Amino acid sequence: MPDATHAFPHLPTLPGVGYKPQHFADIMADPSPVGWLEIHAENYMGDGGRPLAQLRVLSERFPISVHGVGLSIGGEGRLDPDHLARLKHLCDWLNPASFSEHLAWSTHDSHFLNDLLPLPYTNDTLTRVADHIDEVQSVLGRKMLLENPSSYLAFAESTWSETDFLAEIVRRTGCGLLLDVNNVFVSATNLDYSPQGYIDAYPLEAVGEIHLGGHDEDEDDFGAPLLIDSHGREVVDPVWALLDHTLGRSGPKPLLVEWDTDVPEWPVLADEARRAARALTRVLA
Amino acid sequence: MTCQTLFRSGLLNPAAPVPDGLTDAQARPAGRRYGVYRNNVTVSLREALAQGFPSLFGLIGRENFDHVARAYLRQSPPVSPLMMHYGATLPEFLATVDQLGHLPYLGDVARIDVAMRQSYHAADSTGIDATALQALDEETLLATRFRFAPSMILLRSRFSIGSIWQYTLRGGAKPQGAAEDVLILRAEYDPEPYVLGSGAGDVVQALQAGAPFGAALDAGGEAFDLSALLHLLLSHQAITGLDT
Repeated sequence: MPDATHAFPHLPTLPGVGYKPQHFADIMADPSPVGWLEIHAENYMGDGGRPLAQLRVLSERFPISVHGVGLSIGGEGRLDPDHLARLKHLCDWLNPASFSEHLAWSTHDSHFLNDLLPLPYTNDTLTRVADHIDEVQSVLGRKMLLENPSSYLAFAESTWSETDFLAEIVRRTGCGLLLDVNNVFVSATNLDYSPQGYIDAYPLEAVGEIHLGGHDEDEDDFGAPLLIDSHGREVVDPVWALLDHTLGRSGPKPLLVEWDTDVPEWPVLADEARRAARALTRVLA
Repeated sequence: MTCQTLFRSGLLNPAAPVPDGLTDAQARPAGRRYGVYRNNVTVSLREALAQGFPSLFGLIGRENFDHVARAYLRQSPPVSPLMMHYGATLPEFLATVDQLGHLPYLGDVARIDVAMRQSYHAADSTGIDATALQALDEETLLATRFRFAPSMILLRSRFSIGSIWQYTLRGGAKPQGAAEDVLILRAEYDPEPYVLGSGAGDVVQALQAGAPFGAALDAGGEAFDLSALLHLLLSHQAITGLDT
């Protein structure tokens, strides 16, 4: 397949959505208010067929953000060279407006666990993550964005706060950050700190993209709230408020609405994107 | 230190204790909080299998499927981040599940699910049209070898797997007990399984193995319908080249 011909150098400061194939016809007919799309890299690593054909059509019309969910940047082992090569192949073909991955691990002893697993924030993990990001940026030949996780527990051995850890990674590697404000809200609730305080300590100048998504509610063994990052429903009001707080400090950023399970009809997702558009309008006013 | 080997060890083993060093905000043991990761891993793999094996799911139902999927994912977690390939060894695994021993065709039907996914993600190709075949004189044609689309997959079974697949996902006549060869073809983007007529599976298998057309025809036997097979292949862009 030839290289995608249209290149968008940056994500626009508009709402985007996580692309789902069932929305293809709706998006091609009327994407408003959506100005860009994000794909999960691993879903487009087949040899051909409809996924790549649709992506090619979409990439001619929309800036695309490639969001990896399987590189295991926080893993103790070395990065999977085959997977890194697949990412390079996809990015070289697509020339996306952005590439991002997670501060997490998912592969261990060659088993892929299909979840974003947590890591302690120590000097050792910081060095390892920074080395992995150096390798990714060097192989891909582009700057990547690193996303903050949803946390359900803490590591007794951690010696860094998450915000300091991320800021130090940015300083060492020159990478940018993908700030997921739902993840901030989930983690802050689960680990009993202020989400606004997290944003105030976060290196907002490095943010290239902001994620929004829905979460579920549960309880831990002691009856304390335990929020689960499910991407299966609307973004809740406190997360929209946290977005306003964030944009008030950072200025406008590309905003992405994620909805990955129980995916709704297009109008529902478009409504969420409209709400994101209003948040951008407010900060510009 | 909570190394990833330790963290990983309990994820697919509900009997394993929660690893030390994991806490809540008050430094109390993580307990259920670790269970969130355990649940995420199990549920996400189980649902990936449910999505990837629609006919197996339809045949044995949610409860049995979850039981099989849980046992399989604990024994065979994915070995690649490409979830589109996960479950390729599930058909063989089914043969080891005692409770499914009375359904000996399950593995072969599940192979259709695997092959449909493979075909869906296979490389694109363009088929030749009938005139390319018609242009060859008989001697040349009989010596010609066929190249096929990467999305074309032949499955041979002693069970009526194509009819069972069809009946399970789309209804229709209840399958009879005869052996079936199924050819999965993808004209554009949507793979479709076709039950082949008598001898056609032998001919396709011979052609796929690189036999010249004439030798492959010999494998077809008396009842083999050549024009039906050629029509099926040509109308689905399945023959991509001729080596004369």
